[in-house]
Amino acid sequence: MNNDIIVMTYEVPADDFTRAGEASSSVKGKLKKMGVNPDIVRKVAIAMYEGEINMVIHAFGGTIDVIVSPEEIMMILKDQGPGIEDIELAMQAGYSTAPDNIRSLGFGAGMGLPNMKRYTDDMKIESILGVGTTVTMRVSM
Amino acid sequence: MKVSELIKKCSFNVLNEGEGSDREILAPYCCDLLSIAMGRMPADSAWVTVMGNINTLAVATLADASCIILAEGSKLDEPALQKAKEQGITVLATELPIFDAALMIYQEQHA
Ligand SMILES: Nc1ncnc2c1ncn2[C@@H]1O[C@H](COP(=O)(O)OP(=O)(O)OP(=O)(O)O)[C@@H](O)[C@H]1O
Ligand SMILES: [Mg+2]
Repeated sequence: MNNDIIVMTYEVPADDFTRAGEASSSVKGKLKKMGVNPDIVRKVAIAMYEGEINMVIHAFGGTIDVIVSPEEIMMILKDQGPGIEDIELAMQAGYSTAPDNIRSLGFGAGMGLPNMKRYTDDMKIESILGVGTTVTMRVSM
Repeated sequence: MKVSELIKKCSFNVLNEGEGSDREILAPYCCDLLSIAMGRMPADSAWVTVMGNINTLAVATLADASCIILAEGSKLDEPALQKAKEQGITVLATELPIFDAALMIYQEQHA
């Protein structure tokens, strides 16, 4: 790895489960190619996928910026969805508002946000009802 | 046990043979809820599940499962099969219940 800062930007389409996970898969492939430690790649892939899927299920898609520097990998996930009313509640393992049709695909365990917290070194959620949600996650190198 | 040996030893149907068939299997792992599997499944697991949609493939790739075994006669839908081919993920299928399929893998591993 050199000392450059690399920025990758992805559009996450709304309601498209057949494409959900593509941004995370792409980032995983690129980080691998850059020679990033496999444990760090795995953490980023898991955390980013959960955030990406949440944008599809709970919001109307959005954008993801991934910033890779020698010190850390930062992921910024921004959507213009309904927002999260009670972030503390949403962070609890098992809490989910996923509707039945989404649950039948295997989602809705209420473990996405807890996974994001667990697999990153720092996570911040900013959300305004009716405006949208921004999740910022960092994984140290 | 490698994925290729699992294919030979267990009588699972091969829905897609991926690139990683000389990958070593750590152990079978069972769960159908995607974000639990995502958070808890160790890398290189043989993932036994009844969920055969495209999200299963995404979780398997991102969490580094060595292969997927669809139990209880579950099918892969068409977009999921395409994804398996694209990503080179080995997907096997069986009529066995989840527990029996996982037990069979475990027993072959420790035979
Ligand atoms: N981007 C978002 N916009 C609006 N609400 C969200 C967003 N992300 C999460 N939430 C809310 O937080 C809850 C918990 O999210 P979490 O990812 O932990 O579980 P889930 O998505 O419901 O199920 P799982 O991730 O286990 O499949 C969601 O059910 C939803 O109500
Ligand atoms: Mg989620």
